[in-house]
Amino acid sequence: MINIIWVALFLIGMGYAAVNGTMDKVNKELFDSASAGIQICIGLISILIFWLGLMKIAEKSGLLEKLSNVFKPVMKWIFPEVPPDHPAMGYILSNTISNLFGLGNAATPMGIKAMEELKKLNGGRNTPSRSMITLLALNTSGLTLIPTTVIAIRMQNHASSPTDIVGPTLIATCCTTLAALVIDRYFYHRRKRKGRK
Amino acid sequence: MAAVTTISTWLVPCLIAFILLYGTIKKVPSYEAFVEGGKEGFSLAVSIMPFLVGMLAAVGVFRASGAMDALVHLLQPLLSAVGFPAQVVPLALLRPISGTGALGLMADLIRTYGADSFIGRLASVMQGSTDTTFYVVTVYFGAVGIHRIGDALKVGLLADLCGVICAVWIVTLVFG
Repeated sequence: MINIIWVALFLIGMGYAAVNGTMDKVNKELFDSASAGIQICIGLISILIFWLGLMKIAEKSGLLEKLSNVFKPVMKWIFPEVPPDHPAMGYILSNTISNLFGLGNAATPMGIKAMEELKKLNGGRNTPSRSMITLLALNTSGLTLIPTTVIAIRMQNHASSPTDIVGPTLIATCCTTLAALVIDRYFYHRRKRKGRK
Repeated sequence: MAAVTTISTWLVPCLIAFILLYGTIKKVPSYEAFVEGGKEGFSLAVSIMPFLVGMLAAVGVFRASGAMDALVHLLQPLLSAVGFPAQVVPLALLRPISGTGALGLMADLIRTYGADSFIGRLASVMQGSTDTTFYVVTVYFGAVGIHRIGDALKVGLLADLCGVICAVWIVTLVFG
């Protein structure tokens, strides 16, 4: 699936450029975005090192475990295949909480760490498990309490009340997250019916 | 607003201080643990690189060629027919594909229509209520070496669709 989409993005783009004479733009953009990819990773290095370092302290001190105990009931429902005391649960929680508070740069390292643990649970296979897809769904729906970047841009543009969108955004993001979880469940049951897990 | 800004600025330092304090009380060798965890962070960042470069290049080609705009134009009448404001169609389509691209579009919509306009508010809510599905899939699965994405992308994109519909509905209800 990802292979088809990836190739299609290239081929459709190049085909369209060939017909419409935008090949020069494609040429430029191709390598601009490639180097943008590296720049994003370079930017991530400091953040990943810092937060993963800090989380190691939280993990060793037992803080992560305590945290997962508090939210265990909800998480057990969302991630039924993850043993409640498994370290994956702690990372999933840190990821969700960081997202909630808009700490995107903290959320990514925790999310990756959670994925790593989930992969171990899945016997190290390179296909995603049910829980991995659920975690991804949770992250793509972008559950956040305060959309800081949006507020900043609204302030720049002299909104009478830059934060008046916080309430509606919160409702919208809750709907999206709920929808993501429901859709995720649906696809899981469909996979099960088809006899593959 | 002042309260929100204050909370945001205090949250991160407080969190860090709390983790450090808790670790010290529990007699964890904090600095050594930090370095140990940090090493993992570095190798992680490096391992994501090929995934991100590949995905960004593909999306970049698709957008720069004008195919993205063509797709938007194609879908615009259809979406307008069901009562979806035409001005935010490009934003809705770009949101799951490119986070920075969507942010640029949102800023542009707010500048053009005003932050307090219906379109400006709708763009704000749409931007804030969901995350960049392609980026999340690429980074999270890339980092742990998942090559087959299964249903993950479908779930993410369908959720994005729900998010867009929710955003239009709520903004109409609250500000409409």
